[in-house]
Amino acid sequence: MREISTDIIRDTIEKLCIEANCHLPGDVKCAIESCRKCEDGLIAQGVLDDIIENYKIADNENVPICQDTGMACVFLEIGQDVHIVGENLADAVNEGVRRGYDKGYLRKSVVKDPIRRGNTGDNTPAMLYTEIVPGENIKITVGPKGFGSENMSAIRMFKPSAGLQGIKDFIIETVETAGPNPCPPMVVGVGIGGTFDKAALLAKKALMRPIDSENPDPYYADLEKEMLEKINELGIGPQGFGGKTTAIGLNIETLPTLIAGMPCAININCHVTRHQSEVI
Amino acid sequence: MEKKITLPLTEEIAKTLKAGDRVLLTGIIYTSRDAGHKRMCEALARGEELPIDPMNATIYYVGPTPAKPGTVIGSAGPTTSGRMDAYAPTMMSVGARGMIGKGARLPEVVDAMKKYSGVYFGAIGGAGALLAKCIKSAKLIAYEDLGAEALRELYVEDMPLVVIIDSEGNNLYELGREEYLNSKK
Repeated sequence: MREISTDIIRDTIEKLCIEANCHLPGDVKCAIESCRKCEDGLIAQGVLDDIIENYKIADNENVPICQDTGMACVFLEIGQDVHIVGENLADAVNEGVRRGYDKGYLRKSVVKDPIRRGNTGDNTPAMLYTEIVPGENIKITVGPKGFGSENMSAIRMFKPSAGLQGIKDFIIETVETAGPNPCPPMVVGVGIGGTFDKAALLAKKALMRPIDSENPDPYYADLEKEMLEKINELGIGPQGFGGKTTAIGLNIETLPTLIAGMPCAININCHVTRHQSEVI
Repeated sequence: MEKKITLPLTEEIAKTLKAGDRVLLTGIIYTSRDAGHKRMCEALARGEELPIDPMNATIYYVGPTPAKPGTVIGSAGPTTSGRMDAYAPTMMSVGARGMIGKGARLPEVVDAMKKYSGVYFGAIGGAGALLAKCIKSAKLIAYEDLGAEALRELYVEDMPLVVIIDSEGNNLYELGREEYLNSKK
């Protein structure tokens, strides 16, 4: 049994909120730079050059890459041999988000009610997911999620007879419908299986996985490659102005599901695909 | 080659701009997004004056991050324009001509652009740190309670934009994609 104080959890989340918003992960930078080399159109090249310059400015000046500093999605993988001491865990997480968004000069974009609106003023509450895993550590991941891309996401409950082709068509249809809205080049997170809610969570988790990694199951690793290629044949291009680079990555996560169903969720992200993790 | 444009965006200037033109914009623009547009359109419906002079005005759909000490503004890239589609024709009907944002527009907005010689410019979505560099001053005008969504007057210098939809209704989202796909045939 190891004791971990909620103070450490709070302070780590504060730091990760700022880091995630100001520094793009290396895998995303690499993908953007390699796509820049493959573009021939002047406008497409110009857009990617500006995107690269933008994240360099953010890195050097410690400023947010994008003004939509998003909802703070916080994932806690809690070792089963950990005893959390201190205050209420959710309060500590929200206090970390509150401090991070204040100290980092990040935008406070959360409203307290989905219909009646009204800004909460401090970007809380966080969207908090906890999972109990083996071990005596806590892995904390913060993935700020902007809504330009979140709004273009989709979920569908397929009949099993729709098969692989149904999933493929749905991915293409969703990206095509998203078009220029989610700030392409985009990253596509696909969750297949589980239940209605689990499919959506899988899609979100797929966006937290580095885009230079692949699904450990070769069947899905091949599908990831195939679908990324197909998306990049659509011609939407950087910012939707036309070109080769419509998506820089596509990750698929799966779970077993019921004999009667095949849920599929697609979570779209922009080129500012942000996530930072730390193990405490 | 970029076209240098100095605001205000008169009808004469608007008509020279074509979908796909790369533009460097200089002059005064106003920031407004969802809640600000709603308030302005409600004010117009009540017959009230707007907090800004809409004639030949250019509106930037943006909700910036807070300014760090010693800076004019925080990161300030465009938000998705489609959410302002419900309000854009009303704004154009009282003289507003330029819109800066990103993403698709409804046919009603394009029709209003043709009627009132409007221009829809695209700034690079997700390039908020870069775009902040061309904002030289920022002044709060109204709706302070909306926080990031408040109405601000910005002075921009050589703001890098692309004309997405011109006053004749030509659309770079369609033309650019078509051109790319044709080049691959």
